[in-house]
Amino acid sequence: MRAVARLIGFHLPLGAFLLFLLFPFYWMLVTALKPNRHLYDLTLNPLWTWSPTLDHLRKLLWETHFLPWMRNTLVISLGATALSLATALLAAYAIGRLRFRGSGLLGIAIFLTYLVPPVILFVPLSRIVSALGLWDRPAALVLTYPTFLVPFSVWLLLGYFRTLPPELEDCARVDGASRLQVMRYITFPLALPGILSCLIFAFTLSWNEYLYALVFLSSTDHKTVPVGLATELVTGDVFQWGPLMAGALLGSVPVALVYSLFVEHYVAALTGALKE
Amino acid sequence: MEAGLPHAARRRVAGLSALGESREVLGWALAAPAVALLLVFLAYPFLLGLWLSLTDSRIAETGRFVGLENFRYLLGDGVFRLAVLNTLLYAGVAVALKFVLGFALALLVNREFAGKRLVRAAMLLPWIVPTSLSALIFYWIYDSQFSVLTWILRSLGWISGPINYLGDPNLARASLIAANVWRGVPFFAIGLLAGLQTVPRELYEAAQMDGAGPWARFRFVTWPLVLPVSVVVTVFSTIMTVGDFQLIWIVTKGGPANATHLFGTLAYQRAIQGGFLGEGAAVAVFVLPVLVACVALAYRTLRRED
Repeated sequence: MRAVARLIGFHLPLGAFLLFLLFPFYWMLVTALKPNRHLYDLTLNPLWTWSPTLDHLRKLLWETHFLPWMRNTLVISLGATALSLATALLAAYAIGRLRFRGSGLLGIAIFLTYLVPPVILFVPLSRIVSALGLWDRPAALVLTYPTFLVPFSVWLLLGYFRTLPPELEDCARVDGASRLQVMRYITFPLALPGILSCLIFAFTLSWNEYLYALVFLSSTDHKTVPVGLATELVTGDVFQWGPLMAGALLGSVPVALVYSLFVEHYVAALTGALKE
Repeated sequence: MEAGLPHAARRRVAGLSALGESREVLGWALAAPAVALLLVFLAYPFLLGLWLSLTDSRIAETGRFVGLENFRYLLGDGVFRLAVLNTLLYAGVAVALKFVLGFALALLVNREFAGKRLVRAAMLLPWIVPTSLSALIFYWIYDSQFSVLTWILRSLGWISGPINYLGDPNLARASLIAANVWRGVPFFAIGLLAGLQTVPRELYEAAQMDGAGPWARFRFVTWPLVLPVSVVVTVFSTIMTVGDFQLIWIVTKGGPANATHLFGTLAYQRAIQGGFLGEGAAVAVFVLPVLVACVALAYRTLRRED
């Protein structure tokens, strides 16, 4: 009886959830591996293929700009993440530890900027980006992604700094270390797990960004993966679903990899940002 | 180390390190790079957007001040009014569904079972994967001819003909909401799970001892304790859903017949594609009241909880 109750009240709903959440990935995988003649044959069972092929992958890698897109996305994501993390670390230390006049207000102001969605900003930003001569250049994204990465990172790091005992820093101060030395040699090393969470999250958010990349980049070989796939892999009106799904698969690999290596940090970042 | 320096330089170094000891100077100096970035690329565009919405700017030319003309025009524009209604429908239904499903999923994975870690990691995947790429998967799932969904429903004998998921306004709205829910459920689940884990086990035991059934335990123990995190998650999700762009743009581009536009896609169409920067900025400004209302609501709820 108990087993039946557990099946109905637990395993069935959980299984349904997993099916709902994971089926699109399975469908992507099958499509990416299925030969074209089977892809558009309505008489076959579409959920399986007995003749998997790497044709779509080959086409994606050698006949499209997918590799340059991957490189662009990587460069932009790393650049934006590095810039955001460096500035956010210093700012979070200043706000969280130095408690200077106005630091409380600054913290709240930065939190409020976190809530401003990109759809409000992209129209005026397009004008600023072209005024700065950054149109169609990776720098446009490296400089604009921090608008959502910095507020998020500062907020996350502030929360993390708060969990660190201040005694160690006080001791170092008593021993004659300057504030900068304390920051460099005590606080930052202690905050390493928080910094790592931040890094992973910022990288993922940059990798996934779509709107700014769509608006600020225009030439085909300057695009990022999210934009390039959706705009360039259509010949005429025909979608090349095989290569498209292969691209969705490969384009997800970097974030999925980072995620699988650091699940705990990722979840900590997500929930940490929510609980503050 | 400083012995070799000339006197003046030594004094300057001493002066610098004294500055480095001042909370005020060092504090603002360290915060300066982040503040500068946010001022130039967030605060300034924010204000510029408000200004643009009051002008008739085109993409390459500075416009002149036209007061509330853009807003007056938009409020009389059928496409914009449809976008407002559609945004309310899209955000309302999607957030409600994400909340209910996310809560259910959080309650399920909060139990002890074999493979718990794996399930928790796997369930977050829709949220991790780039939305534009999963939007492409949904575009393919909603294909009018080769949809796998249609094939499954047909094999089950539930339908006979194909379904034109993205061709009919209401079906297109429902399809987009489903894709948005798919992506957002893990976010709610993980957020609410974090809330659930802060509920002390003793409270449940005490409630059970007092004769509380499962529903009473949920209503009087779980719910009040996860309310704060629920509010935060819901507010975030509402802002993100109202400000959604990529899913809509990739799957329907606001079609069919402008039936699925949100503020973001309409602003993009008018400002970037059409070149009417002022009008597009005005469309985007309409996100602002939603934002303020959400934050105010969250603030009030959370303060009452304290």
